[in-house]
Amino acid sequence: MSHDESADAEPVELLTFQLSEQEYSLNIMNVREIRSWTKATPMPHAPSFMRGVINLRGTVLPVMDLAERLGLPRREHSDRNVIIVVKQAETMTGLLVDAVSDIVTVPRADLQPPPDSASHAAPAFISSLTVIDDRMIRVLDLPTTVEFAQSEAA
Amino acid sequence: MSTPDPMEEIRASFFVECEELLEATQDGLQQLEDGCADGETINVVFRAVHSIKGGAGAFGLKTLVRFAHTYETTLESVRNGSLEADPGLINLFFRATDHLSDLVRAARDNDETALPMGDMIILELENRLGGDDAEEEPEEDIDFQPLGLSLDLDLGDDVEAVKSVPGFNVVFSPEADMFESGNDAYPILGALAALGDAQVRCDTSRLPELSDLVPETPYLTWHVDLVADVDEAEILSLFEFVEGLCQLSIARMDTSADESATSMDVDANFPTRDAAEAFDLPIELPPRADAVVPSADRTKDAAKEETKSPGSELKNTPLERGPSGNQPAAKSVVRVDLDRIERLVNLVGELVINQAMLAQSLQSAGLSPHSDAMNGLEEFQRLTRDIQDSVMMIRAQPVKSLFQRMSRIVREASAAIGKDVRLVTEGENTEVDKTVIERLADPLTHMIRNAVDHGLESTEDRVAEGKSPGGTVRLTAAHRSGRVVIDVSDDGGGINRPRVQQIAVEKGLIPKDAVLSDTEIDNLLFLPGFSTASSVSDLSGRGVGMDVVRTSIQSLGGRISITSVPGQGTVFSISLPLTLAVLDGMVVEVAGETRVLPLNMVAETMSLSDDSLKTIQPGVDVVRVRSGFVPLFDLGHLLGYREKKDSYVGSVGLLISHEDGSLGALIVDDIQDQRQVVIKGLDDSFYRAPGIAAATIMGDGQIALILDPSDIISKANEINPPAPQKLEA
Repeated sequence: MSHDESADAEPVELLTFQLSEQEYSLNIMNVREIRSWTKATPMPHAPSFMRGVINLRGTVLPVMDLAERLGLPRREHSDRNVIIVVKQAETMTGLLVDAVSDIVTVPRADLQPPPDSASHAAPAFISSLTVIDDRMIRVLDLPTTVEFAQSEAA
Repeated sequence: MSTPDPMEEIRASFFVECEELLEATQDGLQQLEDGCADGETINVVFRAVHSIKGGAGAFGLKTLVRFAHTYETTLESVRNGSLEADPGLINLFFRATDHLSDLVRAARDNDETALPMGDMIILELENRLGGDDAEEEPEEDIDFQPLGLSLDLDLGDDVEAVKSVPGFNVVFSPEADMFESGNDAYPILGALAALGDAQVRCDTSRLPELSDLVPETPYLTWHVDLVADVDEAEILSLFEFVEGLCQLSIARMDTSADESATSMDVDANFPTRDAAEAFDLPIELPPRADAVVPSADRTKDAAKEETKSPGSELKNTPLERGPSGNQPAAKSVVRVDLDRIERLVNLVGELVINQAMLAQSLQSAGLSPHSDAMNGLEEFQRLTRDIQDSVMMIRAQPVKSLFQRMSRIVREASAAIGKDVRLVTEGENTEVDKTVIERLADPLTHMIRNAVDHGLESTEDRVAEGKSPGGTVRLTAAHRSGRVVIDVSDDGGGINRPRVQQIAVEKGLIPKDAVLSDTEIDNLLFLPGFSTASSVSDLSGRGVGMDVVRTSIQSLGGRISITSVPGQGTVFSISLPLTLAVLDGMVVEVAGETRVLPLNMVAETMSLSDDSLKTIQPGVDVVRVRSGFVPLFDLGHLLGYREKKDSYVGSVGLLISHEDGSLGALIVDDIQDQRQVVIKGLDDSFYRAPGIAAATIMGDGQIALILDPSDIISKANEINPPAPQKLEA
């Protein structure tokens, strides 16, 4: 919590997306590309939130259903569903989300830590919250989301 | 670690070079042994050892230098004819080369553990040298004595033998190559000065105007007047790591009149042939029968020759050494980082996939097969295939290096058990994917040892049977219909089938009353825990049997088979795919998903009918295959895609022969195709599913998983052990 003034003032760019009627966001620096939904090849014995693997220009990319990962209700696919390809610690993962909305720039100071009670039950998937135009936007904690899945599956 | 140490890079390339030089040495020795050597052969061997010594010196690898030096000295006396290369000596040379490669490997891995063999071999080499020394003509002493002395490189002035204090004029002009190879003039001059009283004068006359100066070109020449208690060889030894990289002349100058007689004498014999070859001496040499070496322009060629690819040195053609220094046409070779090739292979793999996708989308667009686009696509397909083949060829390497390692194994193995064994290799230039070669070394070593140990009879038995006392192990490689076939054969007694069967019964591997065909008995050798030698020898029979060999061959996508004729010998035949980047796959459908199975794992396919299917107990189903029952494994269920089906009638069963010889039938819904697929490794960092070997990308852009059927079956057995099965098929 020892952000100095300049770091607090420094803006953060977030990619916001829809997930089961809720708005989430990711630091755009982690986003490699956004792809339209293609059918994934399921991996046997994988955790249910792992949708399988897809072909990303010749490499095999694991795809995770983000809603299911976060424990949100499963919903039907629509054409607006996209895969956000993120890179976290040298590992590429695809995150299946309902729809991508916008790119927003917020000052770092506007990111508030989530209330404590929220992080008790489930793993802390949300690193912070911010409010834009009266909408609450959750900022996804990417390492927890992606890496936890790996250790869980290993 | 972002910037690699340049010295490390040079060091790494030195070791790569060493491998090539060792290979050349092996080749040369092989030629000597086979009697198809010519005058050049021994030179090639000598130069190779010499280059290793030179490089080793530059990196301060003392043990290696010391050993290489003794070896080289012995080779030198064979080269100048004072020592005859009898079979015993050649055998010694082989062992010396083996040891040399051990030393190189130890040096590369910074392994400090002493290799005790070295001293013994040095001793043997020195014995050979010493024994012949007495018979030598005095003239040849010059060739020897100095080289022997330079062993004491570090001791420098301690040489006591010379009574007078002779002087030398040393003129030394480095060439650009010298600095490029990481050498420097300063330490050499320093070492020179340390020998005695040195007057060093730098000749700067060639130095151009600053504006014309090329920084990479050395312009300086040093004149050193050295008064020291040493002989030329010692001075030469200081320059041995820069030989061919500088202009050097060493001339004697007399410091006292009464020594002139001896000095003159030495002068008359100087330079030694070694020196003349190594250095650009401005002295004309008396022509010699074996190698006329006018020194001009020769040095650089020699240096090049020592470092160039081994391939061109293998030519048996006698060489004419004209003044122009015409060398055998050197194949030009580029050393490329394996990572780059990997990337290219990956890209081409993508190209292949992309092309398949394009083809599919053009077809689904309803274009006429005679349209321009479709014609163009056909051309594109042909090109893609060509590119793919060419890229795969880049990774291919001749199996030669592997075979040479095997000849060492034969030498060591036969020496250990006292059999006289000759290894004959054929098809050394057959090219196989580099990874395949690397992963073939262990199984092949095992097979060769087996052939020497178990395959061949003892010498007495051979003689008793009217065979030649020396056994032959034959190692051949050849391309056969898109695969590589490697045969290991021996001319031994063949497989003793009654004995094999008896052992199998004793070990409880087969029922006592089993009636087996010859092939079935032979295949018992592949069962885990099988060892035929009645006495467990040092060599083989450590319980790591042919089953391990078969497993490793299978993991390479290969097959292994045995043919044996009693009294005539046994042939183990390995058939391998040319590359690991592409796999012959069977494309199957399971629960609506496309899956690929390695074709070599599938022994048989069958469609399941009502009368062949039986249920032993609930949940355990078998299928009748001829006279046996094979357990069924529902692939879709095992992969977790669906519940077990109630009935498998109409499904397709794939008979998988398991590593331990048992069979299992995998149930799939349909077989779609048999085709080559490009293997895509699954990222280690992500989720690792049991039974999944890799992935591939199909023509429609979808990923299909490549399954490891034997893994799937063994996993299924762990959970649900199959009912005891009686197998007679």
